Amino acid sequence: MNMREKIEAAAARYPDQRSAIMPALLIAQKDHGHLPGPVLEEVADILGVERIWVYELATFYTLFHTEPVGLFHLQLCDNLSCMLRRSEDLLRHLETVLGIEKGGTTPDGLFTLSTVECLGACEMAPVMQVGDDYHGDLDIARIDALLDRLRATAGQATGAADLAAAAPPGE
Amino acid sequence: MFEPVLLRNMDVPDGHLLATYEAGGGYQALAKALREHTPDEIVDLVKQSNLRGRGGAGFPTGMKWSFVPKRAGKPKYLCCNADEGEPGTFKDRIIMERDPHQLIEGMAISAYAIGAETAYVYIRGEYVLAIRRLEQAIAEAHEKGYLGTRILGSDFSFVVHIHCGAGAYICGEETAMLDSLEGKRAQPRLKPPFPAVEGLYASPTAINNVETLACVPHILARGPDWFRGIGPDKSPGPKLYCLSGQVRKPGLYELPMGIPLRELVEDHAGGPPPGRKIKAVIPGGVSAPLIPECGLDVGMDFDSLAAAGSMLGSAGVIVIDDSTCMVKVATRIIEFFHHESCGKCTPCREGLNWVVKVLRRVEAGQGAPGDLEQLEALCKGIFGNSFCALGDGAAMGLKAALAHFEHEFVAHIEEQRCPFH
Repeated sequence: MNMREKIEAAAARYPDQRSAIMPALLIAQKDHGHLPGPVLEEVADILGVERIWVYELATFYTLFHTEPVGLFHLQLCDNLSCMLRRSEDLLRHLETVLGIEKGGTTPDGLFTLSTVECLGACEMAPVMQVGDDYHGDLDIARIDALLDRLRATAGQATGAADLAAAAPPGE
Repeated sequence: MFEPVLLRNMDVPDGHLLATYEAGGGYQALAKALREHTPDEIVDLVKQSNLRGRGGAGFPTGMKWSFVPKRAGKPKYLCCNADEGEPGTFKDRIIMERDPHQLIEGMAISAYAIGAETAYVYIRGEYVLAIRRLEQAIAEAHEKGYLGTRILGSDFSFVVHIHCGAGAYICGEETAMLDSLEGKRAQPRLKPPFPAVEGLYASPTAINNVETLACVPHILARGPDWFRGIGPDKSPGPKLYCLSGQVRKPGLYELPMGIPLRELVEDHAGGPPPGRKIKAVIPGGVSAPLIPECGLDVGMDFDSLAAAGSMLGSAGVIVIDDSTCMVKVATRIIEFFHHESCGKCTPCREGLNWVVKVLRRVEAGQGAPGDLEQLEALCKGIFGNSFCALGDGAAMGLKAALAHFEHEFVAHIEEQRCPFH
């Protein structure tokens, strides 16, 4: 299914098209990597809703990105349970080895590094989400191994579709 | 010996599949409900069980359902709040990943009780595995006739849709979740009208937490007296406790409601790391005021914790040991609430911004005399004046940290540094 068909299928679940904006944005972001203005307008047109309704959701909810993010978005939890298990050390390590600060993207476009609020996986704190997968019980050695695997995945794949298919499963 | 029911399939291979669930007696409670009980009788059974909402507020579930009008003249909805955002909480994720049919059966029985034919599960967008497992389980249940039209030969028809959230803690507030489900920014609504009368799409709506709904099949199967016989009579049942932080065995534990917090932390979760002592425990996610070590003999139920000045909340139990700076803990908690404030009301939006600035400078060793009084005054300005419980929770949490660990705040200001660094 193309993006329009996926969005129309999602919209059929609701009696009101406005409810379908959030699922439509998730679908569009999966297809485009992020949500630039023209994509937001396309979503509004497909659903036949006001553009401002789409803009306001895309900028209110933290999972939506209106700016490009790296191929692998490293989302390290720094809420209390992870903080108590030294997520700060992991953040410093990631900033050092990637040569970027929190919020930044590596020049090769491979990694964006963010801290996020509680991921709801505190039993395996400290935890980090990369794409669809949670990686828990992290320490510096595990972070390094994960980065190596992600780099290898990127090296083998030729296009974004291959990368999505080749992404390693979570631990 | 307490027998876990909510987590009984946790370690079973393929526990998320319908065949496993059916082999353990799954969907027999739904069949029994449809065959032997009217919707009103189900509401009464749940009332008799004294089941109280596991999302945090502890409102009696049967009573909540009884507020849904019988004849509405428009569709009624069941909404499952699976947006689990309270820091320190992961129970709903684990139910949905490992035993999603338990939730679906609970939803079907609950929808039958209130007369709803459609449910939405509002689930965190981050919970990708849980979403996949739930989608798969809904498809399996449809195929076997546990969902769909005329379920198990009855007149009851019911479908479940998944709605993915996109990262907004405020959706734990049920009316903010409804606005989000309607495609708006998640901000709480003025009550009344309450959702039971005017909820999703201005229709009567029951909103229940994942764990609450997962209790329902067991109440049907084993009876309300069984449920009520576990833990305190006014706050009974099996309960999921999420253990995290500076503790030897973090994880999800199912134990009776009302178990002493000390037993939970020291016996079940193995206590603090070697060589450390417990300094404080947050019993119910970061909205719940912390309890210092000397208060750990309190029972883990809604009423006992309220009497102790805290709350059961989502039962996210976060253990803090003596190596940790409480100013840093308080700062991180208030930074979270500030980040998640929806922006609707001034006390929460502006008040928390101010609190964060003061806490950060105290933690950085740049606090000034008068900063503690300033924090107290800000708490007073936020508590009771914010539109919803988000601001209240933040203010209560900070007040507890100030009350029990004032000496640490004072030391930061007097020494102009963090004594833990």
